[in-house]
Amino acid sequence: MDLSFTPEELAFREEARRFFRTEVPQSIRDKVREGEGLTKDDLVTSQRILNSRGWATVNWPVAVGGQDWTPVQIYMYQDEMQLAHVPAPIAFNVSMVGPVIAQFGNEEQKARFLPKTANADIFWCQGFSEPGSGSDLASLRTRAERKGDKYIVNGQKIWTTLAQYADWIFCLVRTDTSVKQQEGISFLLIDMKTPGITVRPIITIDGGREVNEVFFDNVEVPAENLVGQENKGWDYAKFLLGNERTGIARVGMSKAKVIRIKELAALEFAGERPLIEDPRFQEKLAAVEIELKALEMTQLRVVADERKMAKGRQNPASSILKLKGSVIQQQLTELLMEVVGPYIMPYQRDFDGNNEPTIGPDYATEAAPMYFNYRKVSIYGGSNEIQHNIIAKAILGL
Amino acid sequence: MDFDLTEDQRLLKESVDRLIADQYSFSQRKGYAAEAPGWSAKMWAQYAEMGLLGLPFEETLGGFGGGPVETMIVMETFGRGLVLEPFFATVILGGGLLRRAGSAALRGALIPQVTAGKLKLAFAHVERQSRYNLADVTTTAKRQGSGYVLDGAKSVVLHGDCADKIFVTARISGERRDADGVGLFLVDANAPGLTRRGYPTQDGLRAAEIGLAGVHAETVSEHAMPAIEHTIDEAIAALCAEAVGTMQVMHDTTLEYLKTRKQFGRAIGSFQVLQHRSVDMLVALEQARSMAMFAAVMASEENPIERRRAISAAKVQIGRSGKHVGQEAIQLHGGIGMTQEYSVGHSFKRMTMIEQMFGSADDHLAALAKLGGLFGKAA
Repeated sequence: MDLSFTPEELAFREEARRFFRTEVPQSIRDKVREGEGLTKDDLVTSQRILNSRGWATVNWPVAVGGQDWTPVQIYMYQDEMQLAHVPAPIAFNVSMVGPVIAQFGNEEQKARFLPKTANADIFWCQGFSEPGSGSDLASLRTRAERKGDKYIVNGQKIWTTLAQYADWIFCLVRTDTSVKQQEGISFLLIDMKTPGITVRPIITIDGGREVNEVFFDNVEVPAENLVGQENKGWDYAKFLLGNERTGIARVGMSKAKVIRIKELAALEFAGERPLIEDPRFQEKLAAVEIELKALEMTQLRVVADERKMAKGRQNPASSILKLKGSVIQQQLTELLMEVVGPYIMPYQRDFDGNNEPTIGPDYATEAAPMYFNYRKVSIYGGSNEIQHNIIAKAILGL
Repeated sequence: MDFDLTEDQRLLKESVDRLIADQYSFSQRKGYAAEAPGWSAKMWAQYAEMGLLGLPFEETLGGFGGGPVETMIVMETFGRGLVLEPFFATVILGGGLLRRAGSAALRGALIPQVTAGKLKLAFAHVERQSRYNLADVTTTAKRQGSGYVLDGAKSVVLHGDCADKIFVTARISGERRDADGVGLFLVDANAPGLTRRGYPTQDGLRAAEIGLAGVHAETVSEHAMPAIEHTIDEAIAALCAEAVGTMQVMHDTTLEYLKTRKQFGRAIGSFQVLQHRSVDMLVALEQARSMAMFAAVMASEENPIERRRAISAAKVQIGRSGKHVGQEAIQLHGGIGMTQEYSVGHSFKRMTMIEQMFGSADDHLAALAKLGGLFGKAA
């Protein structure tokens, strides 16, 4: 057992650190650091910089633009990216639809979609959840009926993140109602400009617009946009959801937040001394840091094991990553609120574009919205309660 | 980065695992506890034969030449078996002080005896007022001729009742809590003026109260604190590993129980509320295992501040996880978990003692907070 990295690995980490901190514009990284919303242009610009080096799609098969990296390298890449406050490549493109097309799409689909997906020339969104199908995703009802060389799609998706930016949506649709729920679902790619699609924003409790409802009213989709086989979409969805294992913990991002909290707690005063010197605050932060260090070690154990495990098999410890990672991210947003004190109060999002001066320190404006917004982290991607069910069944055999 | 064991480590693990699986069942352990010293002389001899009593010592003196990872392997397995023998007191504490503070002559004289199972050691440092402060020492060391004479009282000395020689901290100079004036001495358990009263601890192990009245002592080190602190850090890392073994057993036993115990016509493990609580036990266990590994890797770090941060962080995690896993193990078992006749309560008791040894989770959290936490600009 040796937890030190090889000189080659350390050199790679240094290379990644330099790249992220010199090539990605400071203005974008500052926004990420302060938790400000990114524009579509920010996301696309950042991804194109990564893609110019082949670093946007490192998890893809090498033949379609991925990197032949070791798990340690992937870990370091993610860690350094998050520590540098570089926006992650668009998850819908890179972690979700890209690998599905690469694995199950035909050659024509690969050629048509993958390069543009890698370069964010297409901005994807995900059409999975429906009003009646949240944790029970397989009960989805959005219908796709085959008519000649087209599918006619009718129904509604919800919680569609960044649909307002999206050029295309990948959807789970029901193509057979006569069989077991999981066996009548297909994976369909739909151009958002197709007539009959309506996007309606959902404003979340932080006041932000991240998610949407997407309505389909007799939307005609060419049959060639079906990925893989009809009625096999559930398998592809499971592949997609199981794809991102270690990144989900967001350890690097949380480390960056801890460091930022320490910087800011040195600027804010609690009585006679900076908040960072207040023993009660120190202990609360240290308690989260310990959980985070344990999570980082757990992640490294998973990373190390992935080298040895048969493809597709999962280390039991990996299931912990999302559970613990989400809670830690949420705890850190609470601590940031505590740092800024009374300046959590002014709601300043409507100031945008009005040239009004900021009330309180710049770093305080997003503290409360981020706390509100981050309640989502234990809900999306399979709520923490669903994660408990999965672990109980798959790992504990209950 | 590599979490794999080397070939030698794997062999060590296999042989210790086999020993405990074959010879340390719950009922066998009960037999050992009933023997005169409160543990098994036969097992002790086997540890010696397998080289375990020489685990951390240099090979030139007949030791095994192991480091913190080897210690982790053995302690985790011992934690599963709830081993009663004075391994921790002799090899980890006594052995650590011997290695880090002992002169070449002392090491040469004692290590072969320890390794052969002929010499048991203990470390007497706790005093009535000291809690976990190693520097809070009122036992005095007064110079007499070329040596020192010790006066005072030491408390809760782990396996102090059976030790042949005892390391003792005593104040040579300075005020009550000054780290500088604390010396480390070695006394013979039968030395004139030394009294001891042995007793069982809550977890079925043993400890002693030790009185020192004009006891002539061998001087190990007059400036012992750095060596003592490093030894305690290594000892905490070892306890973290032991705790992981103990938690693993509690988790496994509870899971097995959930699958077999039937109520309302079905296995209680089919109830979602118990499934989720079982998952939370697993999460606590795996986080603890991660930090026990971190502690093992950092135990040999020479920079005391960096080492301390890591060890304190691990002790907090172990304490928190251990309490959670232990309490849940009892609760999920229900009545049977409350009985002396069932194993899980014994694991719970050992785990509870480990939580308090060398500082509670709260003590170590405060220490880590004071050191600025784990992640800095360089992270």
